[in-house]
Amino acid sequence: MKVILRNQGKEVQVAGRRRVKDLLTELGVLPETVLVIRGRELLTIDEVVRDEDVVELRPVISGGRS
Amino acid sequence: MKCRKCGGRAVLELRRHNTAFCADDFQAFFRHHTLETIRRWQMFTREEPVLVAVSGGKDSLALWDVLLEAGYTTAGLYLDLGIFDYSRESKARCQAFAAERGARLIVVAVAETVGAGIPLVEQATRRPTCSACGLSKRYLMNRTALEQGFTVVATGHNLDDEAATLFGSTLRWDEASLARQTPVLEATHPKLVRRVKPLFRLSERETAAYAFLRGIDYIVEECPFARGATSITHKDVLNRLEDASPGSKASFLLTYLDRARPRFQAGDPVELRECARCGQTTTGEVCAFCKLADQVRRHREAAGALSPAGPVAVETDDPAGSRGLVSDLDAASEIHAS
Repeated sequence: MKVILRNQGKEVQVAGRRRVKDLLTELGVLPETVLVIRGRELLTIDEVVRDEDVVELRPVISGGRS
Repeated sequence: MKCRKCGGRAVLELRRHNTAFCADDFQAFFRHHTLETIRRWQMFTREEPVLVAVSGGKDSLALWDVLLEAGYTTAGLYLDLGIFDYSRESKARCQAFAAERGARLIVVAVAETVGAGIPLVEQATRRPTCSACGLSKRYLMNRTALEQGFTVVATGHNLDDEAATLFGSTLRWDEASLARQTPVLEATHPKLVRRVKPLFRLSERETAAYAFLRGIDYIVEECPFARGATSITHKDVLNRLEDASPGSKASFLLTYLDRARPRFQAGDPVELRECARCGQTTTGEVCAFCKLADQVRRHREAAGALSPAGPVAVETDDPAGSRGLVSDLDAASEIHAS
């Protein structure tokens, strides 16, 4: 599957079906810091993603406010 | 994972609540949480017009959306910080959001008030960018609200923002900052408006999910000056805690507000007076914002770049067509003891 890492401006290919939670662990991403998006839907951490999927990890952290 | 309310497919798990919701029930949860916060903390009434400070990001646009949906009388305030493409794109997001909903948007350019956009302010003052930006935003929010007849400004600060600020203040045991940490900053002077944070109990991930599910076109890219900001580091630390122990962020902030903050409020209240230059509030003779504008002016004079400054226009996308002016370059102040 293609995984789009918005905050790093890159895409990675990951082979094989797995749970979102496991995908995030493999990529070193904390679940609290991203939305996991497939098409027009949000995915919970127990959803399974497959080879044909395109998954976006959209960062939710903003900063610099004073 | 199933929705706790309806049993349908969940789209978001909320580990700190040990629950999950479908799209519709999550939006209802988010709205309820926001409106209940406004009510419980007496942030504003149904009768008060609210100026919502919008940045084009997920938090402020989600907040504005909730208030509009709930029938509050609002206007958006976009402060154009002059940060290159980031400001252009975030302003366009705010304008599109307002136009789609027939809502009023007031646009104020920092460059026309301070004499330069935020990137040049940093060069002129050697003040950290986020510090100069924060000072400018607080000042312009307050002044614009006063001039446009609003008694309250609502900002999109969320649980993560507030917990990270508290964490930073605690690391320094900064008593003044700790005393100021509250979701409701009351107007303690006739020249101050109340500032409130209706999203302070909702996490950053929850505001992002709400904005996504509502189809709000917000700017995902972060301000270029936020890279490496200390607040990001603090958020990272707190998110690691949250991952290991869900609910840590909320517990840290909410128990502070409930139990510890009163201990930091015991000191003498700060005496506010009106700035000799602009008439807005300050603890000194001349407010921090006037000093900032002076520094920028001197920097530009030294560079031979200063042109005569006229009155500063406030753009407004008000459907009713109202337009206004804020005062000239010298008009500035610090607010809420920045």
